[in-house]
Amino acid sequence: MKGYSTLSLIRNALGGHKSWRPIWRTPDLKKSYDVVIIGAGGHGLSTAYYLAKKHGIQNIAVLDKGFLGGGNSGRNTQVTRSNYFWPQSAAFFDHSLRLYENLGHDINFNVMFSQRGVLTLAHSHHELEMVRRWANAIRINGIDSELVSPSDIKEIEPLINLESRFPVLGGFIQRRAGISRHDAVAWGYARAADANGVDIIQQCEATALNIENGKVTGVETDRGRISAHKVCFAVAGHTTVLAGMAGFRVPITSMALQAMVSEPIKPCLATMLSSNVIHMYASQSDRGEIVLGGGADAYISYAQRGGIPVVEENVAALLELVPAFSSLRLNRQWAGITDITPDTTPIMGKTPVQNLYMSGGWGTGGYKAIPAGGDTMAHTIAHDEPHPLIADFGLDRFETGALIDEGAASGVAH
Amino acid sequence: MLRISCPYCGTRDEVEFHCGGEAHIVRPEPAVNDREWANYLFHRKNTKGIHLERWCHVFGCGQWFHIARDTVTHEVHAVYEMTESPPELLR
Repeated sequence: MKGYSTLSLIRNALGGHKSWRPIWRTPDLKKSYDVVIIGAGGHGLSTAYYLAKKHGIQNIAVLDKGFLGGGNSGRNTQVTRSNYFWPQSAAFFDHSLRLYENLGHDINFNVMFSQRGVLTLAHSHHELEMVRRWANAIRINGIDSELVSPSDIKEIEPLINLESRFPVLGGFIQRRAGISRHDAVAWGYARAADANGVDIIQQCEATALNIENGKVTGVETDRGRISAHKVCFAVAGHTTVLAGMAGFRVPITSMALQAMVSEPIKPCLATMLSSNVIHMYASQSDRGEIVLGGGADAYISYAQRGGIPVVEENVAALLELVPAFSSLRLNRQWAGITDITPDTTPIMGKTPVQNLYMSGGWGTGGYKAIPAGGDTMAHTIAHDEPHPLIADFGLDRFETGALIDEGAASGVAH
Repeated sequence: MLRISCPYCGTRDEVEFHCGGEAHIVRPEPAVNDREWANYLFHRKNTKGIHLERWCHVFGCGQWFHIARDTVTHEVHAVYEMTESPPELLR
């Protein structure tokens, strides 16, 4: 892999940008791989990268029925934070945040990670109590969080209207939380995985899994059969479909989660602003667009588009908090299909089928978990044993009852 | 946006309704093992295609009823009452 540097940028600029090369290969599909990963999104690609780099397994294919990073990896709102309540979630998501802090350096790709903080608001005395409990739990988990008063909030976000329909009474901030460029994360992992010998096969759909005596042996695709020692699927909203191919059921509901951006304006929103009660979160991208989202469309959908009533709710909530944004126009609106679990904690690790692994149930919060998801899944696949950080995230918790009911998972109310 | 035909009030906008999830889930006997109980409590069909589900007309008559809806196109193929079985073709 040719490294990117300031020098290479200058050299290419002087050369009229004629010598940039494609950043990953388009290899032919081989008949057999050590590991086949279904889904070339952030999780699939990062899993392949860490398998190749840390575990020395390089005969890997990552398949995608569409194009690389074209699902939820390119549809999320780019937030990374670790302000979780339960110790297992906090340990896992803070591992991810720490990997994000060094990701640009690790994969030699500028993911534009910007640690501007996530500010969570409370709108009633009761909520303020709960926010204090949440913020303290985060500190006990060894992660930064700071309670803030209304005047602190006004100082951090001068455009906020503290006397809104649901007055802002306080909140807390995790300053290490950040946003990054989501396409760059998918592309950067793809480039780094490719450089380590991973074959990324786009427009290749898995149509069935070959299972013999309870053990996976290969994948049927629309481009023929591939045999594989191990198979992992990381397919977000289609997790139920892949589990169905393997013959087991999952506790997942697939719902359309919408996001939208305004026209670009000058910097005016310092943090990721989030509110449980009015069910809204917003941040400003480096391009200047106000990025906002809220609750999912509350019924099963595989359509990758959402309804206008939810857009209206999200926008109304933001305008109540930041009235100055009422003069903005929305530029784009879209939806991704999120795989929501009953306890809002992901389902990762081994499956009832031997040598078949899953990384799913990411719901509305998979983007922030991409580095840790890949790191821990790679370990799980290489050793056929769950990584300690995800030992409690297995599918069997729905039978044992050891749920991790993480109300903080999406940062908004459930 | 969905337009749903309430069997009692007629066709209304999605915002008047609440989706109650998968229909026809049968509660097992209390003595079943943990796997069967998890299957009942948590595991769902989450069908890609025609899904049988319960809806309530919360901002209307307040009645529950069933619909058969395609989760890819969002087209509603059938509406039937709580005590009815799904249409033969859609089962």
